[in-house]
Amino acid sequence: MTSALDESDKEKTRSVSVDLNNDASLLIDIPDALCERDKVKFTVHTKTTLSAFQKPEFSVPRQHEDFIWLHDTLVETEDYAGLIIPPAPPKPDFESPREKMHKLGEGEATMTKEEYNKMKQELEAEYLAVFKKTVQVHEIFLQRLSSHAILSKDRNFQIFLEYDQDLSVRRKNAKEMFGGFFKNMVKTADEVIISGIKEVDDFFEQEKTFLLDYYSKIKDSTAKAEKMTRSHKNVADDYIHISATLNTLSADDSTALKKHLDKLSDLFEKLRKVEGRVASDQELKLTELLRYYMRDIQAAKDLLYRRARALADYEHSNKALDKARLKSKDVPQAEEHQQQCLQKFDKLSESGKRELTSFKGRRVVAFRKNLIEMAELEIKHAKNNVTLLQGCIDLLKSN
Amino acid sequence: AQETQLFSLVPAVRNPQKSSDLPVSSSSTSLPMFRNKTFSVRRRFSDFLGLYEKMSVKSSLHGCVIPPPPEKSVMGMTKVKVGKDDPSSAEFLERRRAALERYLQRVVCHPLLLQDPDVREFLEKEELPRAVNTQALSGAGFLKMINKASDAVNKMTIKMNESDTWFEDKLQEVESEEQQLRKLHAVVDSLVNHRKELCGNTAVFAKSMAMLGNSEDNTALSRALSQLAEVEDKMEQLHQEQAASDFFIFAELLADYIRLLGAVRGCFDQRMRAWQRWQEAQSTLQKKREAEAKLLWANKPDKLQQAKEEITEWEAKVTQYERDFDRIGVTVRKEVLRFEEEKAKDFKGQIVKYLESMLQSQQRLIKFWEAFLPEAKAIA
Repeated sequence: MTSALDESDKEKTRSVSVDLNNDASLLIDIPDALCERDKVKFTVHTKTTLSAFQKPEFSVPRQHEDFIWLHDTLVETEDYAGLIIPPAPPKPDFESPREKMHKLGEGEATMTKEEYNKMKQELEAEYLAVFKKTVQVHEIFLQRLSSHAILSKDRNFQIFLEYDQDLSVRRKNAKEMFGGFFKNMVKTADEVIISGIKEVDDFFEQEKTFLLDYYSKIKDSTAKAEKMTRSHKNVADDYIHISATLNTLSADDSTALKKHLDKLSDLFEKLRKVEGRVASDQELKLTELLRYYMRDIQAAKDLLYRRARALADYEHSNKALDKARLKSKDVPQAEEHQQQCLQKFDKLSESGKRELTSFKGRRVVAFRKNLIEMAELEIKHAKNNVTLLQGCIDLLKSN
Repeated sequence: AQETQLFSLVPAVRNPQKSSDLPVSSSSTSLPMFRNKTFSVRRRFSDFLGLYEKMSVKSSLHGCVIPPPPEKSVMGMTKVKVGKDDPSSAEFLERRRAALERYLQRVVCHPLLLQDPDVREFLEKEELPRAVNTQALSGAGFLKMINKASDAVNKMTIKMNESDTWFEDKLQEVESEEQQLRKLHAVVDSLVNHRKELCGNTAVFAKSMAMLGNSEDNTALSRALSQLAEVEDKMEQLHQEQAASDFFIFAELLADYIRLLGAVRGCFDQRMRAWQRWQEAQSTLQKKREAEAKLLWANKPDKLQQAKEEITEWEAKVTQYERDFDRIGVTVRKEVLRFEEEKAKDFKGQIVKYLESMLQSQQRLIKFWEAFLPEAKAIA
């Protein structure tokens, strides 16, 4: 399926991050995407006034793996060690709607044609929602990069946006070069942070404590929000079956009961649409928000790991210098090495402090926006329900 | 009948092991047959079953749709966990109490049953002798009993050939409606379970959100997240109440009518059996006449007299049974129409009640989120 997402649609779905794509010198969006089986092909569209690019406007097709390549190269770049690298977009996951579609197919014989069609409609909407979400999350990744003073100038980023050939050759080379150096580091990262490395800076000490705690809490909240949203969807699905069965009952009824059943069937059909929207809005404004910031906090933690590593390197270099001085051997090299380590560490600390501070601000603004929108939507849907329910009650009572 | 009958039941459980002891309070506005305006007695669960037993065997009530008593077993038709399957749990008690109350209300709504002395005795008499013969009901339950009887009718060798298709058509309608109601009941059951799941998941989420709020270092956001946790706690309460409505109003209504339709089927079976009895009597009469003819031929005067007496006896029976059959046919037709009217009214009333509970729930939801909105806006 292809989906051309119009601007208002995107405004609705672009929820988790704010203040992106405002700088006219580099505007990026994903205006459409194509879904073939499991593979999603994104059309990355760029409009720019920067001379670094060959044309002022251009589009390229990209796969998910290309985004991952870009993310990983940024992570592996030494110069960016002091930056929060925007989290990589997760792989498009159509597993859930696909499994449900399969189950639906198996159960087709047990339901009426109408019921089946409605369920199918719901599932297609779910597919579409997953699709929109994945487009959104890939788009935000690129927009985070283009909004960043330093990362937007990255050469590989520019190649990603502009290079009109297949990136897969570059991807293969990258894998061979890096072999997941930093990825391996992350495995022992917690130990590095928690190990008794003496923290000299209060700011980072506080950040460390805060981020570790916050990460585990937000991870938990994300999982629980997901379960809650899924239950809402189940209720909406039950409403479909109730409506359909009431319809069948009414069709066979020739008594005064018939019109009551008709009204109730009609009501449930309308209620399930509202309930479905409650579920999907909750998913977007709450679950997605939590999920995104969970990944963002992981990226912030990664920054702390890299700084902690740099600090460890510096301390090792100090010890090496002492040793060299004791033995009066290779002292100048040891001194130079120690200086380099110190410089690297200081640079990381300075940049890290900036990044973490602006991250805080970003997070608070995003939460504010989404919580307000979620509350407003809950109220809107509930008011809708009230109207529907009151209408049906009045109809029933008036007969 | 224009009088309003009000019944309320308040259960008191003395010993959870034994059947519970239920106070039955009745109040009537203007029925002359009752001694007092309000009166209260204590009844056991088996007494309710006993009442049904008594009514179901009365020939005067043949062809009537007699409301079936509630199931004794906890589960019955539902897959919903009531309480913890624990007879002493509040949910189980409430379910039973409400079911018994609806049962009595249906009984007294029936013009013939209201006149019945056993019904009056049930409502008024201080002490009732212990009910016997309730095994079939308290064991396998009402529907199993009806279905067993139905099977027996279907196995009858002589099949009726009806000129008036009303009975055949109506029975078909009833059977098909029962099937659909079962289907609907199963879906509503599923709804109840999903709503309870939603309730649980919301509670768990609320706690998690509270923890996150505590962790948050931005003061205003921390406050907002804690408020969100509180809203979600309130939502959990709403979901729980809604699940109770789903179950006690909607699901139980359907369960009641599945069983009531079983009772309607029972009437049709009774009519079939009445027809059978008439046919068998006719067949017996025929045999007696043939026997008489043989005796005439054989010239045995004393046996002949007996044979003539038997013929007279059976001729009377045939007439009686034919009259019974016609009468039960009339009763069944009337009863079905009365039942359909009652059903339409009942459904309408319960549906309105259900929707009103949903409506209230949504209105409270709006208030909760409207209270939260300024908190979210206050984040800075």
